Amino acid sequence: MFKLLKNLIKEPMFVIGSVLFLTTILAGLIGPYLYAAVPDGGPYERPGSMYWLGTDNLGQDYVALLLRGLQNSLYVGFMAGVIATTIGTLVGLFAGFKGGIIDDILNMFTNLFIVIPSFVVLVLVSASWSGGRSLTLIAVLIGLTTWPWTARSVRAQAASLRGRDHISLARINGASNLQIIFKHILPYLASYVFMVFIMQVASGILSESAISMIGLGPIGDSPSLGVILNTAKNQSAITYGYWWGIFPAAIVITVIVFALYLLNNSMEGVFNPRLRK
Amino acid sequence: MLKKYPTARYVSLRAIWYFLTFLVALTLNFFLPRLGSDPVDIMISQSGFSSPEIRKQTEENLRKDFGLIVVDKEGNIVRDENGNAVKASKISQLVTYVGQVFQGNLGKSFKNQKQVSEIIVQALPWTIALQFPAILFGWIFGNGLGALAAYKRGIFDKALFPLALLMSSIPFFVFGMVLVYFFGFMWDIFPAAGAYSLELMPSFSWEFITSVGYHYILPFLSIFLILAGGQAIGMRSMGIYELGTDYIKYAKWLGLKETRVLAYLFRNAMLPQLTGLALSIGQMVGGALITEMIFSYPGLGMAMLTAIQNNDYPVIQGVTLLITTCVLLANFTVDILIALLDPRVKQSLAMDAK
Repeated sequence: MFKLLKNLIKEPMFVIGSVLFLTTILAGLIGPYLYAAVPDGGPYERPGSMYWLGTDNLGQDYVALLLRGLQNSLYVGFMAGVIATTIGTLVGLFAGFKGGIIDDILNMFTNLFIVIPSFVVLVLVSASWSGGRSLTLIAVLIGLTTWPWTARSVRAQAASLRGRDHISLARINGASNLQIIFKHILPYLASYVFMVFIMQVASGILSESAISMIGLGPIGDSPSLGVILNTAKNQSAITYGYWWGIFPAAIVITVIVFALYLLNNSMEGVFNPRLRK
Repeated sequence: MLKKYPTARYVSLRAIWYFLTFLVALTLNFFLPRLGSDPVDIMISQSGFSSPEIRKQTEENLRKDFGLIVVDKEGNIVRDENGNAVKASKISQLVTYVGQVFQGNLGKSFKNQKQVSEIIVQALPWTIALQFPAILFGWIFGNGLGALAAYKRGIFDKALFPLALLMSSIPFFVFGMVLVYFFGFMWDIFPAAGAYSLELMPSFSWEFITSVGYHYILPFLSIFLILAGGQAIGMRSMGIYELGTDYIKYAKWLGLKETRVLAYLFRNAMLPQLTGLALSIGQMVGGALITEMIFSYPGLGMAMLTAIQNNDYPVIQGVTLLITTCVLLANFTVDILIALLDPRVKQSLAMDAK
């Protein structure tokens, strides 16, 4: 464990990724409480000493909006990631470990929900949920549509472990299936599951911004990053040249996702020695 | 049956599987919009009516169109003793819906009474013309770059890899917005919206075609470049993995030309990438459709956005069903391609047949 960490720290991608990620997490978690929003001004005021990043169509301070938006988007991303990873890991573990008919059935469901576009499911459900479409609802929906990706990769890994000697030994010693799965298979896959979790958080944040862009995003007191972008788009911020309505939010989304991708890729390089050279 | 022709057997099995998947998707397409609030209530509450009778009439007609209430053979609404329409059971609703879909009847738009199938037929060619080349060329370009990065390593890889990673972190539509801002607004090089200038009528004139081409560049680039980034990353790790295998080492020791080795590498690493593409089409579609909205490109994405803004449920349902169908067809095509191209899959098919 310690050695892995030492290897990771030597990777520049990992260092940059974690610095970027910790910065966004801190900004999202405590930023909204530390930064006192400047009182509302006129619509689309230019960035300056008063409003660092200008104001939106309602004259609200963009810095405060973005910090809240970051918090909301991170919430959706993590919640969706936790749901998708939990379901996906459980399904993948059982399918891979059990094999046979259970594997076939679970695998069929996994493949079914991989080919049916999750975006379509998101649109259909959100469109009918016009009242009370909260951040949590969107996060749960994303989590419920993206788990097959985790299940697929965990299943492949679990299946390769099934025939190992220590599993047979545990079985001879009378360990139950559940014990084997959680004590003898899951620990081997922990690093792997963590990497998939990181990707799920990233895709959760991206999905949230996508669903918000078509006006089906979460409705609440404070907008998410996707909703901020959508408002700017609907107000034709681009054609009026209000770049501060689009670029900061776009950069924040890209930076979080980029940080997560960097983390994932650097870990892949360390955990999978064949990629090292 | 078909045991002698393993590939034909495989293709027909896949076709059956995709057909069953389509049925599941159809069921979801039917039930999901009915999970939350009643669509008819939402549509009714948004329009004004001169009298309660007309309101009731419209509501009943809508429910009839949706198959929510029972009708007799002549298409008249069946009523109970109080004169209220009899509600249809969920199952019979589903059966009606599936039957209509297979007849090509997707209902009428609530907004302008147009047939949904008509709206879709107008939008679909634009979406295919934009998405298909963008995805195909993005895939080829990205994989070429990735294979090259894996092979060359060194400075080329060090520069390309983080750039590709950054590109793949940007959502399609965000990149689209950035392109519109710089090329459409600031420098005014390319048009920012639409698929052709509005002064022109669609025709096969030279003027119209150049206008279409001009409008095509930005939306194409915003899908092409982002997609290529993601593909390059996948191909790079696949390529590095393949480089460590014996056959590549052997080819190098034989002193084969670099391009030749690269061609072998590309061919073998390409197939898992093809599978990856098939699986991710469903994921990409959302972002790519929103790109259409950014550019007001008159495809399915735009049709869906308009329908969502109007709470036009028949159109929303029709568009989502068509998107799913296209994604399933694309997956099916890639599955067949893999069976035809990959010697490993071919062999395992032949083994299964024995």
